[in-house]
Amino acid sequence: MIPAAFDYVRPHTTDEAFAQLQRHGAEARVLAGGQSLIPAMRFRLARPAVLVDINALSDLGELRMTDRVLTVGAIARDSDVERAPWIGERRWSLIHDASRVVADPVVRQMGTVVGSLCHNDPAGDWTAVALASRATVVVRGTAGTRRVPIDDFLVDSFATAIADGEMALGAEFPVSDDRTAGSYQKVERKVGDFATAAAAVLVSLNADGTIRSAGVALSAAGACAVRVDKAEQLLAGQKPSTELIRAASDAAWHRSAPQADLRGSVEFKKHLAGVLVARGLRQAFSRLGVQA
Amino acid sequence: MRVHVTVNGVAYKRDVEPRTLLAYFLREECRLTGTHVGCDTSSCGCCVVVMDGTRAVKSCSMFAAQADGHEILTVEGLAEAGKLHPLQQGFWDQHGLQCGYCTPGMLLTSYALLKHQPNPSEADIREGLSGNLCRCTGYQNIVKAVQQAAATLGQPAGATK
Repeated sequence: MIPAAFDYVRPHTTDEAFAQLQRHGAEARVLAGGQSLIPAMRFRLARPAVLVDINALSDLGELRMTDRVLTVGAIARDSDVERAPWIGERRWSLIHDASRVVADPVVRQMGTVVGSLCHNDPAGDWTAVALASRATVVVRGTAGTRRVPIDDFLVDSFATAIADGEMALGAEFPVSDDRTAGSYQKVERKVGDFATAAAAVLVSLNADGTIRSAGVALSAAGACAVRVDKAEQLLAGQKPSTELIRAASDAAWHRSAPQADLRGSVEFKKHLAGVLVARGLRQAFSRLGVQA
Repeated sequence: MRVHVTVNGVAYKRDVEPRTLLAYFLREECRLTGTHVGCDTSSCGCCVVVMDGTRAVKSCSMFAAQADGHEILTVEGLAEAGKLHPLQQGFWDQHGLQCGYCTPGMLLTSYALLKHQPNPSEADIREGLSGNLCRCTGYQNIVKAVQQAAATLGQPAGATK
């Protein structure tokens, strides 16, 4: 189908984009990669009156790394992340894994990380990755720029903390030390499909081999991606072991509250959530040289 | 709105509605019907074209307005001076197509793939083409075609088969 008619604007500065969004409020949508929005418009699931195309804002296309934080700009493509020079480093293995299974390789050349967070599909990939990584979304609003922790950003299915007239400028992922590794585990029916179930895991070890911190999150397990707090608490301070992984896996099973659909039943998806957290933890530990 | 898109080196200036999708701009405004429309919602890859020389995009899920000021390569632009591009020759030699509907998308996705990975492994090719669906050949010959093209393109300039 052809989308409903809309007005199109292509600002050349962030100020101009923000002014357009302020002017049109709820009528406007930001167009970044468009790989979710345009199909939704074609199905007439979305009918924005105005599209504010931010693809000319080249300063939002950067992946910027400091000692503390990796900033993914609002129009940095999934494929930019996939091909980043640092993507092979162990500390980025969660983002590495996810960057290779988001949608398909062609969609990734347009699709963006930040757009995916803003779309907040219940079965999206980057939302779970952002939770496990404890990322922050940089939002420009009327009171200036603010940083919203991902837990507060993801409000409900297809709903975020971004209000009408506001825009996301980027997402910030904390830079971990080298005793950190992660894993992204996804079951999908075919390449390019949304997850039937998926688990994002990020663990950091202390010098003595105990777990300093853990991030565990699920996709396709509720209204939007969810953090498995219980698993994170169980893991912190402990030494990796088979029993510990089993306990974290059980916590994921309990936390998962999926909907049955053509991809699977509630029982099947809950089962997968547990299995995928276990697999993710085993792989993350293995990447850190620990067999558990 | 007025858009100015360079397609296969030719400048096209057209007045279009903002909702005009690039696939339909190419087919109906530029009369370049080599770009096919399959699923029409970014799943099948029939409509893939290359933007600005290196980026493969699904033209059913991009507005013509987004291509304003950019260069687009379609299947009609692959051959030069009547000589098939090595990818096209590969698909010919290896029987990489049957009905041919997916072929333009396969060619353009492979074109961008080889720009980023000139020496792809078989796994790289299969992964790179995983967003393009073919319902006839079962992919084996498509992979062989891309391998042949990579080998041809990797030869030093002036070398012949």
